[in-house]
Amino acid sequence: MKRIEATPKTPFKHWMASSYPVWFFLPAGIIFFVFFLFPTIASLFFSLTRWTLFDAVFIGLDNYSQFFKEPFLFQGLRNSLIYGVVTSGLKVVLGMMLGVFLTSQIVARDYLRSVVFFPVLVSTVGVGITFTALMHPTQGFINEALELFGVKGPAWLTNPRFALLSVALVDVWKGVGLATVIYIAGINAIPIEYYEASEIDGANSVQQFWNITLPLARPATFTVIILSLIGGLRSFDLIWSMTRGGPGFTTDVIASVIYKQYQAGFYGLSTAGNVVLIVLVAAIIVPLSAFLNKREVEL
Amino acid sequence: MSTARKYLISGLAILISSVVFLVPFTFILFMALKDRKEASLRGFTLPTTYHFWDNLVDVIQTRNYMLLTAFLNSVVLTVTSVTLLVILGAMAGYVLQRHPSKWTGLVNFFVLSGLIIPPAVVPTIWLLQGIGMFKTMSGMIFIEVAYGLSFSVLLFRAFVATIPRELDEAAIIDGAGPLRLFFEIILPLLKPVVSAVIVVQSVAIFNDFTNPLYYLPGNKNVTVQLTLYNFQSQFSTSYNLLFMNILLITIPPLVIFLFFQRQIVAGLTAGAVKG
Repeated sequence: MKRIEATPKTPFKHWMASSYPVWFFLPAGIIFFVFFLFPTIASLFFSLTRWTLFDAVFIGLDNYSQFFKEPFLFQGLRNSLIYGVVTSGLKVVLGMMLGVFLTSQIVARDYLRSVVFFPVLVSTVGVGITFTALMHPTQGFINEALELFGVKGPAWLTNPRFALLSVALVDVWKGVGLATVIYIAGINAIPIEYYEASEIDGANSVQQFWNITLPLARPATFTVIILSLIGGLRSFDLIWSMTRGGPGFTTDVIASVIYKQYQAGFYGLSTAGNVVLIVLVAAIIVPLSAFLNKREVEL
Repeated sequence: MSTARKYLISGLAILISSVVFLVPFTFILFMALKDRKEASLRGFTLPTTYHFWDNLVDVIQTRNYMLLTAFLNSVVLTVTSVTLLVILGAMAGYVLQRHPSKWTGLVNFFVLSGLIIPPAVVPTIWLLQGIGMFKTMSGMIFIEVAYGLSFSVLLFRAFVATIPRELDEAAIIDGAGPLRLFFEIILPLLKPVVSAVIVVQSVAIFNDFTNPLYYLPGNKNVTVQLTLYNFQSQFSTSYNLLFMNILLITIPPLVIFLFFQRQIVAGLTAGAVKG
């Protein structure tokens, strides 16, 4: 590597005077270490204790065994997985459909892009409160509108069978705009020659989608999958503002279990839940992104 | 596509998107304009009487002008955190790209872990208490910076790679030290990423609910997202005020959106399209 700099006198001077000084890292590194990395590492220890924030009594794996034994705690883990997979899958499918549609020749394209994207920027809690009102079983707009078509809408948020999926749908409503802009960028990066050549060969638009757009927009698909899985597995604010984990514990996810146990003063148990969440996210995202990146190289 | 079909499909799309995406916002607006009794019905109807001003004054005065305190706190939090994220993130991303060393791999690992790993909440509270920063604005700012750094560093590093090294070398020959080289030569060239980072991070921090809920409790420290939460129980009978509150805190992102849509989209899709 070619670098031009004054001959260093001492290691320290070299360190200070280099044109790309390593100490440029320090402010960012210290903040990152102290406020993010250190608590993350400390959580491994505190999850093994009965903890009052002032003193911690080591109790081994008791918190973890409680987390996996108690059905209302374990349900959080299951719900997080369902929520992550459902929101991520829907965002991929809908985001791609919208992406294809919003890159085609239509009227008012910019307007439609803006409308789809705007909810991404709006307060999640505000969206949660708004949809809680819209999803009210008798007075809400959604069921009133369905009634016009003769459909009797479900009790979206109060029926235990629908509640988690209802919240997931709102999450998709709010987040699909991000998936869409990622797909728009991905589709726009595909060279137009491919489409022109296939047209000469007589391909119709369905064939073009399956044989050109879908495979060549693959990086966008990977990004959407990874981003929405990370967000979905960690999700807290929307669920909390809509159902507080209810009815019962049917919409509790790991993040809301962590908050509830924290509020109840079970700091050790809360931290154990936190470690479970960290491990879950890492165990899904790291192999998945390694796998997806490998496929990308082979392409 | 024939012209008639094109207009038909576009018209249909405009109709569907308006129902799906604009109804909720119209609903917020209608609710914010109604009086208390009408709002409690939660119907999607035009207000029979308009109460914009009454509701506005009411919601601002609630709990001793809590909303004004919240706006002030949120602005301080957002502006300070984003400033630090830009400067510190650019410095780190710049050196990371320009000066590879045996540590680069480890640093990359940490950057990615910061993007993926959810923060450990209670240990962070314990740490903040230990250093006297729990329930303080400065503690909250450091938290937001720590959580946002990975994203900033990744964006800056990718963009620094597009600035030719010859530029640095010319400046060094002219006698520029590292600080001058960075702040006077490199940073001005990073303008497009700087604006992307500013817009994306300020929306994220302004809309952050979870972190202030944990690390910044207390009425004095309230941020805008928490006003909704605090008012939700108190306003269970006055939906008009709750929705006026939602309307007010939706305005700043709306303004940012109208002016910086391009930067937002550029920032959010950066790195998404490699192929």
